[in-house]
Amino acid sequence: MSNIAIKDIIKPENLVYQKTKLMTDKPLSYCPGCGHGTTHRLIMEVIEELGKEHESIGVAPVGCSVLAYEFMNVDMQEAAHGRAPALATAIKRLWPDHLVFTYQGDGDLAAIGTAETIHACNRGEKIVIIFINNGIYGMTGGQMAPTTLPGMKTSTSPYGRDVELMGHPLKITELVAQLPGTYYVTRQAVHTPSAVRKAKRAIKKAFQNQLDNAPGLSFVEVVSNCNSGWKMNPVDSNIWMEENMFPFYPLGDIKLEGRLVK
Amino acid sequence: MGELKLMKGNEALAEAIIRAGTDGYFGYPITPQSEVLEYLMASKPWETTGMVVLQAESEVASINMLYGGGGTGKKVVTSSSSPGISLMQEGLSYIAGAEIPILIVNVVRGGPGLGDIQPAQSDYFQSTKGGGHGDYRLIVLAPSSVQEMADFVPVAYDLAFKYRNPAMILSDGAIGQMMEKVEFFEPVPRLKDEEVKARYPWATNGKPVNGERRILTSLDLDPQKLEDHNHHIQEKYRKIEENEVRYEALQCDDADYILVAYGTSARVSLKSVKLLREKGIKVGLLRPITLWPFCTKKIRELVGQGVKGFLSVEMSAGQMVEDVRLAVNGKVKVEHFGRLGGMIHSPEEVVEALEQKIIGG
Repeated sequence: MSNIAIKDIIKPENLVYQKTKLMTDKPLSYCPGCGHGTTHRLIMEVIEELGKEHESIGVAPVGCSVLAYEFMNVDMQEAAHGRAPALATAIKRLWPDHLVFTYQGDGDLAAIGTAETIHACNRGEKIVIIFINNGIYGMTGGQMAPTTLPGMKTSTSPYGRDVELMGHPLKITELVAQLPGTYYVTRQAVHTPSAVRKAKRAIKKAFQNQLDNAPGLSFVEVVSNCNSGWKMNPVDSNIWMEENMFPFYPLGDIKLEGRLVK
Repeated sequence: MGELKLMKGNEALAEAIIRAGTDGYFGYPITPQSEVLEYLMASKPWETTGMVVLQAESEVASINMLYGGGGTGKKVVTSSSSPGISLMQEGLSYIAGAEIPILIVNVVRGGPGLGDIQPAQSDYFQSTKGGGHGDYRLIVLAPSSVQEMADFVPVAYDLAFKYRNPAMILSDGAIGQMMEKVEFFEPVPRLKDEEVKARYPWATNGKPVNGERRILTSLDLDPQKLEDHNHHIQEKYRKIEENEVRYEALQCDDADYILVAYGTSARVSLKSVKLLREKGIKVGLLRPITLWPFCTKKIRELVGQGVKGFLSVEMSAGQMVEDVRLAVNGKVKVEHFGRLGGMIHSPEEVVEALEQKIIGG
């Protein structure tokens, strides 16, 4: 056994996993432990598996994933803060046979871009929105987000989010599920192998809906940790997410084939 | 000669948008230009040319739809009036930074704020000096007739795509609302998807099978790279200033005095030239057609030719007059005359202003 060299092990027939060619080789700018990188990879794996590398256009947001276009190896546009669904609306209507998606965080999608989000959903734009919800503005250094939990400490709610003073967290995913223009609405996570597999199935379903010309928008929320912004190590942040975020933002499908689940 | 039609400026613009091979119009209603979206929706061009028409939820969304659509190499346009154009400034800055060709039409009304719905020219600074944040320019064309509302659409598209830069048609509520005869150009077919891909290799419409993916962004966190990009944009602007200045000079050859006016003000000033000439005063009209790039060289030529004074006639508190002064550079007298808040000057008022501020002043 000791005579086996690495080159004898790394052979195509022994390969069980490899990085999708639709992720560039550029090192990710995300903090180690954060869910962005995994979610990027899942989207790119799905586009590769669907064979749509040359017919996909993505729209990046402003926030931690402002540089998403550096890592996603398909044609990409960088939007102004919150405006990605407006860009994607026009792209899809002008190139109806292409896969069009936005990738947005909670500040981008649920605060400054609320109007663009709701109206793209309500018009039933045949696009995919991937929504990363970590309850904080990571890029700007950990300020309160529209989805920050009550009592949660951030740099602009240093004594915890006081809902009397600062308003309530916005469950925008439940909100868009109420609109007739959404076809598929789901909430996922990427913090465990099992969650990653479920999230990938959800993302694939969302893109498949677009391929099938399903009548409406597919919306995938991914609840993610933000270990840096939450000031925890990655393991603790995932435990905190399970104990605090998931009760408020429960995982699972909210709307399937245009109908609310339950 | 083609068929003559009697139409409102806004309707002529809308018809020209369809005929120019536009792929998508995205807009939001606002007086005094709502006829554009109404005409397009009533015409149903999606059934004939395949053009997309969409009423957006706001002007913020409209301009960002132009970013998205224009970024794929398609011919896209929006129209609005002053308050709506203010909302679009964020998007315009990003579009200029990412070098996306788009067309935007401003049918100007009185301001500031909600102002009124009467014609004005008080958005000159906003249109010609950038408008949003950062160092950038729009190519600005100013029609002074219903005919030009139609004719400038394909001209503006050509300039936008030639330089990968946003272009604006800066009209006003009078030209948008008034009816005149108009003769349309022959319709230009929309480009096929394959033609768009071949013609605009920078456009993000699906990664080429044998090529690298494309990115459209105005972000560069490395300040040296951003400075390089800004220099590149500035070089482009210098080329535009060199090659794309358009103006009309009427009775300027023997003139002692020049009225400088565009759009509705130019129409009024033309009558003032006639009245002044009848009084024996040699006056000409210089009508800038591109407001940016501005006809600086022509003004310097006129100074060299012996013109004694310029009156900038604008429906504003004096905005274009600053560009006239920069061109004249103190060599002769330059004054401004204008009405504000949606009021239009009479030809007689312009005559009086020239006599008092320039000739007698």
